[in-house]
Amino acid sequence: MTTVTRPTRFDLLTLWDRLKSNYLLQKIAQAIFVVWFVTSVTFFVVRAMPGNAVDILIQDLTLAGVSPEDARNQASLLIGLDVDKPLPEQYGTYLLNTLRGDLGQSYKSSGLKVSELIVQVLPWTLFSVGLSLMITFTLGIALGAIMAYNRDTWIDHLLSNLAATLDAVSPILIGLLAILLIGVTWKMIPISDMRGAMSPGMKPEFSWDFIADIFMHVRVLLLVYVLSTIGSWMLQMKSSTIATLGEDYVTVARARGLTDARILTAYVGRNATLPLFTRLAISIGFAVGGSVLLETLFTYRGVGFLLAKAILERDYPVMQGVFLITTTAVVFANLLVDFVYGWLDPRIRIAGGEQ
Amino acid sequence: MTNLTDTLSNLLRELIKSFKILSRNTMGMIGFIIIVTILFLSFIGPSLWPPEASANVDDINLGVSLKHPLGADFQGQDNLIKVINGGRDIVTIAFITGITATLIAVVVGSTSAFLGGRVDDLIMSLVNIWLTIPKFPLLAVLATVLKLNDVVTLSLLMALLDWPGLSRQVRSQVLSLKRRDYVEAAVMLDLGTPHIIFRELLPNMMSFIAIATINTMTFAIYQQTGLVFLGIVPYSSANWGVMISAAERRGVLYNPQAMWSIIAPMGAIVLFQLGLVSFARSLDEIFNPRLRIGV
Repeated sequence: MTTVTRPTRFDLLTLWDRLKSNYLLQKIAQAIFVVWFVTSVTFFVVRAMPGNAVDILIQDLTLAGVSPEDARNQASLLIGLDVDKPLPEQYGTYLLNTLRGDLGQSYKSSGLKVSELIVQVLPWTLFSVGLSLMITFTLGIALGAIMAYNRDTWIDHLLSNLAATLDAVSPILIGLLAILLIGVTWKMIPISDMRGAMSPGMKPEFSWDFIADIFMHVRVLLLVYVLSTIGSWMLQMKSSTIATLGEDYVTVARARGLTDARILTAYVGRNATLPLFTRLAISIGFAVGGSVLLETLFTYRGVGFLLAKAILERDYPVMQGVFLITTTAVVFANLLVDFVYGWLDPRIRIAGGEQ
Repeated sequence: MTNLTDTLSNLLRELIKSFKILSRNTMGMIGFIIIVTILFLSFIGPSLWPPEASANVDDINLGVSLKHPLGADFQGQDNLIKVINGGRDIVTIAFITGITATLIAVVVGSTSAFLGGRVDDLIMSLVNIWLTIPKFPLLAVLATVLKLNDVVTLSLLMALLDWPGLSRQVRSQVLSLKRRDYVEAAVMLDLGTPHIIFRELLPNMMSFIAIATINTMTFAIYQQTGLVFLGIVPYSSANWGVMISAAERRGVLYNPQAMWSIIAPMGAIVLFQLGLVSFARSLDEIFNPRLRIGV
């Protein structure tokens, strides 16, 4: 009979250790924690901090001639919380509301629910940012590998300098330059094609016309997303590939007389790409952050555009809602990446976490 | 007294040596010259070429000419003079953010690496969580709610948001350095933690830290231009970011003649960012003696 030693002490620390040893559970717990954390921070900023957004709203309404009583009632209605209740109770209601998907109402577009506003624009951002990430990832990996294979030749120097330059320049400047060069100076693409997500009068439907139209409108935005993020991917992939090329198993594969193509795909490519998956996390956040600026520049009506507009109009419920939704989306995209990574690299699942 | 002069002359000699190494690296030297020129023009330039007080109706949206080397803007003011007067905020914010963020990152990252165990686990989990939150939207929302109007507070806020990524890199650097022979020797000789950190570890991390600072600086420039573009922080009437967004709002992009009023400030920012990056790329050689055998 085998004796199984079980932890008899079931306190917080052993729970923590157990969580840490299970890769999937650990990642899920982490994702939930981030979403809760961000939700609480937004509550704190919008509601609990001295000089917070709700107090300012009440103040503005009073200054506009509304009686203090009515002002408080209006504010309560807009944010979906009773502002006269104690703060912990408001926090509880807020968490429940958020869980139900009720993010309050917009200050400016009266009567419109924040959740509805977001649902309208979210597909556009998912489409453009998702597509650009896929292009950047594939292209960056290919170019990085080319740089590593042609180390210290003119191709490497050219691409390395290009990557470093692109990496250094702000996305907003690349966007402005793209409009300036492609639209105005060279007149390659009409400016009307760069503005908005689709032609005026176009109806979202599943037809070739519609699909062709949205691709026509997204192409310059895509180009700017790709240009502003590809530099770091290329440099990362280059150093990762160079490190992999020095590994013993590559030397052995060469000694066995395997073809270069086989070594590239089955030995070098797979292993060199692995560390890049962990970078996707930062990259997704960066692309979403950039969308605030780039969607504004290209008047592309996505989530970033909505956030920029809410910021300009000081529309706090919309700001809070968009921030929550984008963060949640990024966190769950990361969770997905973590799962894929755990599946691609079994070492991660077994060791758990860092190693 | 002799001690002080010795130290000073030593420092001077080290500086001259670093400069000699730098001058052999073309890219680094170009970057260095760009940074120094921009610093000089931004801080001393305004007193040599003060901003124009009034609009010049005759020169509105003029192209490049001898009178206006970079054209004139929608008020007929010279773009070059505006660019010279518009650098101070951007440069200051970049430096304060870069240095503050790096300081926090070095302290937290090396503490985490040295203590190890559960403390390290906890700090690194928090840092990893922090990394998944999109920074720019958070910064935009916070800057709006907090109504930031001065340069220093904005830089400190950006530094507070930007340090975690760096601290993870610092931690892995410290972890790898900790296993080197000379550090282990110092530990065995019981030279004390301050000695190990300041005399053994930090000097070997200098190039890494300098590069990290510079990368944070370019990121700070990006964030700050973005905030100005969204109209969140109009802290000063004339800086490169404000010039860009003012020109963009006036539809300058679509008016080939007036284009220079957006190209000039954009060029200044791009030049500064590129200068910083090419300088950073050469720093490795300056600080790392192994990379410059034969010098």
